[in-house]
Parts: sequence; C-alpha cells; structure tokens
Amino acid sequence: MDIFFQQVINGLVLGSVYALVALGYTMVYGILGLINFAHGEVVMVGAMVALATVAYLFGYFPEMNPIVMVLIAATTSVISCMVLSYFIERLAYRPLRKAPRLAPLITAIGISILLQNLAMIIWGRQYKTVPKIFSFETREFLGANITDLQIFIIVLSAILMTLLLLIVNYSKLGRAMRATSESQRIAGLLGVNINKIISFTFVIGAGLGAVAGILVAANYSVAHYSMGFMLGLKAFTAAVLGGIGNLGGAVLGGLLLGLIESIGAGYIGDITGGFLGSHYQDVFAFLVLIIVLVFRPTGIMGERISERA
Amino acid sequence: MQKNFLLIFMVGLFTLVGCGDGGSGTDDSGKIIKIGHVAPLTGPISHLGKDNERGAQLAIDEANAAGITIGGEKVEFRLLSEDDEANPQKGTVVAQKLVDSGVAGVIGHLNSGTTIPASKIYHDAGLAQISPSATAIMYTHQGYKTAFRVMANDEQQGKVLGDYAVKTIGAKKIAVIDDRSAYGKGLADEFEKAAKSAGGEIVTREFTDTTKTDFTAILTKIKGLNPDVIFYGGMDAQAGPMMKQVKNLGITATYLSGDGIQSKQFLVLAGEEGEGAYASSPGLPLEKMDGGKSFQEKFLQTYHEDIQIYAPFTYDATSILIDAMVRADSTNPESYLPLLSQTDYQGVTGQIRFDENGDLRGGSISLYRVKNGAWEYIETVGGE
Repeated sequence: MDIFFQQVINGLVLGSVYALVALGYTMVYGILGLINFAHGEVVMVGAMVALATVAYLFGYFPEMNPIVMVLIAATTSVISCMVLSYFIERLAYRPLRKAPRLAPLITAIGISILLQNLAMIIWGRQYKTVPKIFSFETREFLGANITDLQIFIIVLSAILMTLLLLIVNYSKLGRAMRATSESQRIAGLLGVNINKIISFTFVIGAGLGAVAGILVAANYSVAHYSMGFMLGLKAFTAAVLGGIGNLGGAVLGGLLLGLIESIGAGYIGDITGGFLGSHYQDVFAFLVLIIVLVFRPTGIMGERISERA
Repeated sequence: MQKNFLLIFMVGLFTLVGCGDGGSGTDDSGKIIKIGHVAPLTGPISHLGKDNERGAQLAIDEANAAGITIGGEKVEFRLLSEDDEANPQKGTVVAQKLVDSGVAGVIGHLNSGTTIPASKIYHDAGLAQISPSATAIMYTHQGYKTAFRVMANDEQQGKVLGDYAVKTIGAKKIAVIDDRSAYGKGLADEFEKAAKSAGGEIVTREFTDTTKTDFTAILTKIKGLNPDVIFYGGMDAQAGPMMKQVKNLGITATYLSGDGIQSKQFLVLAGEEGEGAYASSPGLPLEKMDGGKSFQEKFLQTYHEDIQIYAPFTYDATSILIDAMVRADSTNPESYLPLLSQTDYQGVTGQIRFDENGDLRGGSISLYRVKNGAWEYIETVGGE
C-alpha cells in the first residue's frame, strides 16, 4: 500500500508540472486555434535563465539569503520568458494570423528548433546543475517519501492554476479573453483590443511555463537545452487529453497523465504477468489518450464545437 | 528595395557557406585527406559527442603539424564532423553523406545504436570505421572486415560488472534498469547473464529511455522489492538525476553502472547523492594510461574544458587510422585496411592490437567508485 501511495505522489508531482505547461498550450489554442510548439522551449529558457541567475548570484554574492536569491532568479526568468514569448508572437505568429492554419504551425516548429539551438550556443551542451543553496528535508508521509520541494511544487502549481482560472473567469480581462476566443472579429467590433489580448495570453502562458521550468530544474536539479521538447510534447498530450482550449481540462489532463504514467510504469509488469514491462509507460499513457479521444473526441472536458456557428 | 537587398544578401551568404566544404583537391599545404567523424553533437549526450570530436581533432592537428607525406605527396588531414543525434536513422544518413563526400576513413560513431546500422554503409563502401566507444558485441560480429573498435566490448564489461556485484559487493538480489538503447540493453543483458551465473538473483528488469529525467515510478517499484544492488545500463544524462531520486526515495541499494556514466558530468549531475556509486570503464584510468597525463594537459590547453570520457579513445582511433595510411603509403582503403587490422600501436589508452573480428585484443576493464565527489579508481580487471 505504501508503494502505491508513493506512486500516487510521484504522479502528482509529475502531473502538476505537466498541468502548468499544458495551460500555456491550451490558452493559446483556445484563443488562436494555434498549437504553439515553441512553448516547450520557452519552459526550457525559463529553467536556463533561472539557473544562470542563481549561478551568477551564488558566484558573486555567496552570503545572500537563499530565499532572496531564488526570488530574484525566478523573477528574472519569468520576465525573460514573458518578453521572449511576446516577441515570438509579435514576430512569428501575428504576421501569419490570416494565413492558412498550417503556416503558423510550421513557424512554431521552426521557432522551437531556433530556440533550442540558440540555447545550445548560449549555454553550451553541458548539463546545468542547480547549486545546492537549499537542503530539502525528506518527509515520511503514510509510508511514502516526499521532499519539501515536491510539496512546494504541488502547492505552488495549485495556487497558480487557481489564480489563472479566477482571472479568466471573473476579471474584465478574462472576459475579453473569452470573448476573443469565441470570435475575434465580433470581440474586436465590441471594442476589445484583440492584439493586446492575444499578446497577454502568450505572456501569461510563458510566465506559467517559466515557473514550470524552474520547478522541473529544481526537482531534478538539472537543466539542458533539449529538456523542453519532451516536456512540451507530454504537456501538449495532457492538454489534448483534458480537452484542448479548456483551462480546467488542461489541469485535469496534466494530473491524469502524471498519475497514469507513474502508476502505469509501476504496475504494468505485475498486471500483465511480466509480459509488458515499464518501457510501455508511454505506450500506456498514449493508449489512455486514444481511448478518451475515441469516446470523447474533444477531450475529457472539451466542449462540442460545431464547425459553423 | 530593402527586401531585394536582403534576398541578395541571403543568397550571397548561402553561396559562401556552400563553398565552405567543397574544397577538396590540392592547395598550398598539400593534398587534402578527409577523415569522417560521427557523434551526437546535439541532444542529451552532446557533451560526450563534442568530447569525442575534440579528441579526433587533436590527433588530426598533430598529424598535420608533423607534416606527413603519403605516396610521395605532402598531405593535410581534415576532419569532417557529422552529427547523428544519437539517432540510428540519422546515423545512416550522415554515414552515407560521409561516404559520398569521399572520406578516406571514419572515426565513430559514439553510440552502439548508431554505429551498428552505419557500419553496413561503411562496409559496402569498403571504408575503414573505428569506433572509439561503441561497445555492443554485435558491431564487430557482423563479419565486416571494415569495423574496428579501440575499447573492450560489453561482453567483457558486463562479465566484470556481474562478477563484481555478486562476489565483491555481495549482492543477492539485483534490480536491473536499462535505457532501451543498443548499448544500455546490451550491457544490461551481459550483466544479467554474468550476475546470474555468479549466483545472484535478478528481482526485476525495468526500462526507461534516453529522453527521460523522471524515474520515480520504476524506482518506487524497485524499492518495494528491496534489492541489494541496482544496475543501470545507460548514460550519465539519466544516471545523474536517477541517483538523486534513488536517495530521495530512501533506497539504500548500491548503485552500479558501466562506462556511460563514468564521466565528470555524472559527478556534477548526481551531486552529493552520487556518493558511493560504482561504475566500470574499459581501459585504464587516465592517470594510469601511458600518455594520459600529457594528453589531458594538451586537451585542457586546447579546449579549456576537461575530458569527459572517450576523448583519449577517439584520439587513439584517429592516430591509428593515420598510422595505417602512413604504413601503407596510401589513403586508399583497399591498401591500408589489411595494415590497419595488423595495427600494433602504443596509444594514449594503451597498446592497441585487433583480433580477427576487429575487437581490441586484451582489453581491460577498470572499476571506479564515487568518493568525496570524484571517481576513485579501485582496480583493473583483465588486460595484458
């Protein structure tokens, strides 16, 4: 039982990060109908900038309070990612907004490759590690081990996600975002500044992505220029699983995917009597995705959208 | 107008870039001999790939500085370095590209998974291929007279590790993880065989892949089985974070792995949690190699970064290829291949001689353990 509970915790930690990244995909998709494949790379940049800042502060001001250090690094990283994402949207997607849907999709893949290679040139091929500025306690909780950092990851993700849901559902800005996602033209006619709203969407998604990047880097204490790709792909899967375009769906999809992966990897061998091993971890996750999509093509929480309103 | 200018500028730029590697033939410094090198230069293990490339480049630079004459003509060697992304498909594409661009021989690839499919292409083209680090047995056992390696293979390494786990560490229950690559799986298979025949019990075999950083699910399962030793067949990029998770989950089993993790990078990645991990590596430790110390100094002077793992092996591989060409007085593979297989060369990594398969004769395996944040040498098994 304690093993099972440990797997659930593993899954929740993994899932919280997937959910944060998935929100970035789903917000952009909800408003533009664009799959922003560069989002995974924005997450990577977030992790890299934060690590570089911490390394710099650690090198020059070793006496600084670690909490202040982390706050400075996190702020730098979130702001850099927001600026980066703003310019990606402005330069790569906005000129193509009226183009056929495939054009911005290919541009997104291009931006993703460009960012990866830029990061490789700037930060090199070596793995970046997090300097040990905090030591985290490992706690026993119902027979399972969980570090303070992992508790922090789950809690912070939950707070950020709730905040986002509140903004989108209850603020004036959120109303404008929802209006834009329903119809850009009509929202524009009613006085919503479409460009501003779209930029805002990208910037918020990037901020969440940066936080996710920092959390991933801190949890595995490693960052690398190629880390964003797989994470992005998984988060995108989570967004589709939950119903792309739906914020609650992204959160649910992320958590579900994390749980499926870790419980799948832990028990698939026992269930199938050793016939399938833990290398079917991903297969298992995608199998669930396919099953969900067969019965609910728009994802778990996705709404039915008719082709022509 | 501005757009047109930009277009012309771009076309100009591409033309310039295009000219870059077209320069074969003769120039002032002599006839140019191209030597191919393949390793992953992008992706999770690109730090190892770059390390390999630097080793090869160093050998090339030295050969050029020595002013070698082949067939009565002064020659200049040039390294054509390609990136296979550790991807078998890409590996065959760049192999074909190297063959088409007329290289005289190939150093590489780094991973067994890319080396094996590429070896057919080099064999069909009749080109010599020397891998510095592909340890999977199959590579030299396909009947190709063109395939060589300068490192002991996984059969030898797996056997040493399996014996060590059971006899020296005293493990009764062993959990095995591999990364599903030709190298990781091959080494884990050989380890499993050796550990079983030495009397150990394999309690589970788990799998991950070369893009993952989260191993908590499989480690939690392993924790429930309470093994004495966890063996990992794979590379440092995964082993580092895995080691941290092993400790975070409160697993007390001894961690054991092969040459893929015996790098400086592993120490950085695993940090304090890496303490006590064992790893093997083919060949002698750098400080025990005959030319190890001076090679390391040369390397540091040129690149201002330390050696990861395989740079001395690519350096030797490149040197023996050039050596065979010099002895044959020809850069034609048909002439130098028979001489390459008779190599008896004192390299940085030791005496290099090949057996009938192209495997290193009398290759030794060294064992290391992490102590105070550094790899501490324990012993060397085998060798001459």
